[in-house]
Amino acid sequence: MNFSRSYLGVCNRPEYNYDKYHPMSEISEWMTQVAKAYPDIVTVMDYGKTYELRTISLLKIGADTGAKKKAIWMDCGIHAREWIAPAFCQYFVSRILRTYKTDPKMGEMIRNMDFYVTPVLNMDGYIYSWKDNSTRLWRKNRSPEPAGCNCSGTDLNRNFDANWGTIGVSFDCCHATYCGRGAESEPETLAVSYFVGSRKEDFLCFLTIHSYGQLLLVPYGHPNFTAANYKELMEVGMGAAEAIKKVHGKVYRVGTSPDILYPNSGSSRDWARFQGIPYSYTFELRDDGRYGFELPEDQIRPTCEEAYDGALHIITYAHNKVFNGAVVASTVPTIWTVLVAVAVAATV
Amino acid sequence: MILGVLLAVVGLSGVTTGSPIVTVPPNAASENSEKPTAVVVVEEAREEVMETGELNPNHYPAQRAAKVVQHYLNTLHGSPYKVFGLQKVFRAYAEDVPGSGRKYQLELSVQEMVKKTTANCEAEVIFPRKEDHPPLQVHVSSHDDLLNNNVSLQEETLLYQQYKRNHSLLFAQNLPDSNGHIEPEHIPFWHLGAVASSFVMLSESTEDTLYNMAQVANITQLASNDDPLKFEYDVLLHEMVSQEIIAWKMLVTWSPSEGVKVLKMEKREYSVTNLKTTLL
Repeated sequence: MNFSRSYLGVCNRPEYNYDKYHPMSEISEWMTQVAKAYPDIVTVMDYGKTYELRTISLLKIGADTGAKKKAIWMDCGIHAREWIAPAFCQYFVSRILRTYKTDPKMGEMIRNMDFYVTPVLNMDGYIYSWKDNSTRLWRKNRSPEPAGCNCSGTDLNRNFDANWGTIGVSFDCCHATYCGRGAESEPETLAVSYFVGSRKEDFLCFLTIHSYGQLLLVPYGHPNFTAANYKELMEVGMGAAEAIKKVHGKVYRVGTSPDILYPNSGSSRDWARFQGIPYSYTFELRDDGRYGFELPEDQIRPTCEEAYDGALHIITYAHNKVFNGAVVASTVPTIWTVLVAVAVAATV
Repeated sequence: MILGVLLAVVGLSGVTTGSPIVTVPPNAASENSEKPTAVVVVEEAREEVMETGELNPNHYPAQRAAKVVQHYLNTLHGSPYKVFGLQKVFRAYAEDVPGSGRKYQLELSVQEMVKKTTANCEAEVIFPRKEDHPPLQVHVSSHDDLLNNNVSLQEETLLYQQYKRNHSLLFAQNLPDSNGHIEPEHIPFWHLGAVASSFVMLSESTEDTLYNMAQVANITQLASNDDPLKFEYDVLLHEMVSQEIIAWKMLVTWSPSEGVKVLKMEKREYSVTNLKTTLL
């Protein structure tokens, strides 16, 4: 087992291949190796169990300042067949780790905030989609058929307690958007809502990564609900789409789900926004339907590069709103950052 | 004192959001902090009144209508070396036409994905009223000749002759495979599958659907004494609004001169094997 940082591709000798899709066992191993290679800023945290009793884990990335910190949430793979999403979470982590020492802005964000990244949330579903050709397009989790219905699996992104069961769902357990027996009926949903819910004041951003469609979706999925900061969410989202386009020219449309795609309810994005987490977005990565869920591996890297810039735009904006951001003229320093700055200046 | 300074700075800098400084409030006073009560909406009912008049081209009604145009163009002009994808919708207008249905007028661009050329089109899509069931109608006009040119004729002819002469019949599966890979010699047949699927997707499309082909599960070439090559295709379509995967079987013929024809199409039972979930 290779504990060195080169294994993680962060030096010139990449051994972990970020340009391929990895089965769950390799992703879990990778998480262990990342934490071992960066013990000062990375920890693995277990925060729940799947239906099939697998441990759901995330990587917590951030400099330990001994204080309570603001936080960024990112989850990938809530839908099993969207393989590009877990690939992006892994790339996202590797990019932060490659740059936090040399890029002052990233270094600052790692000090001010913790990043909580779940590479694969729906582990059971993801593993199932790797089983054989007939399972590749599975979407839901793997919880069993409910009483009186003959199919397994709940759509985790319809299972959150956010206008649950109202629109854009099916109550037929055989359907792809089956929202479950009730809100938070699924252990995977509960894992997120417990972990994030118990820390909700800390979270600035909640980014949930999906495919496909090339979209940035803002709350809410229910057409009768408008987020209080809808205008801001749109502005920041459009900025993220601009950043994405600059990388490889891909156009991502920005808007609420009912405007851009379809109305829905029970999504994690909506739940997060209802909790008060201000910058909550669903990313729908490449492509626009040509390959769909089976995105060729030679598109992993360019997709990740553009999505990284999009996510970073949102994260940086959120960070700068709270902390002293030199770039954004309208931000105002918090008392905390002022004190930290004074303390840092005193030690220099 | 610091707080006083900060507040003064806020006043001067005119924070655009108007929210208090320091931290973003977990539950801002203006936010819906009440848990909404669940209201069950009957799924079959149309979930909203469809917009009429000038539409936002980035919103789903225009996008779904434009996708129909993509399918239509593929049925008319598609081939193993010519497949169209929707690129951008510039303008869209919708209206109810008494006696006909809902008419969309669109200005859009499509990309031909083999040669990577782009064409602008004006199109009209009429979705029939649900009670009748005439097929939906599409009319397209384009000032670019990129739609029906014959730039791919040479490759098509070579492919056709190669498979006409072959003693063994083509058989292929899973295009693309789980990792998005397609063997180079199968790519034209993946294209052909996309074009053939367009016939199905065109006939199945409504204002409430958005179809893409997810995968060619199976191609079996069939012996044929006629000029065109003949194939049985099993394809998996992805319907975006329901998120369902729908399997179709088609009997497809193709030759450079006759183009793509779908002689038979049949929806198939598709269920990923419902294994009993297992504990570790």
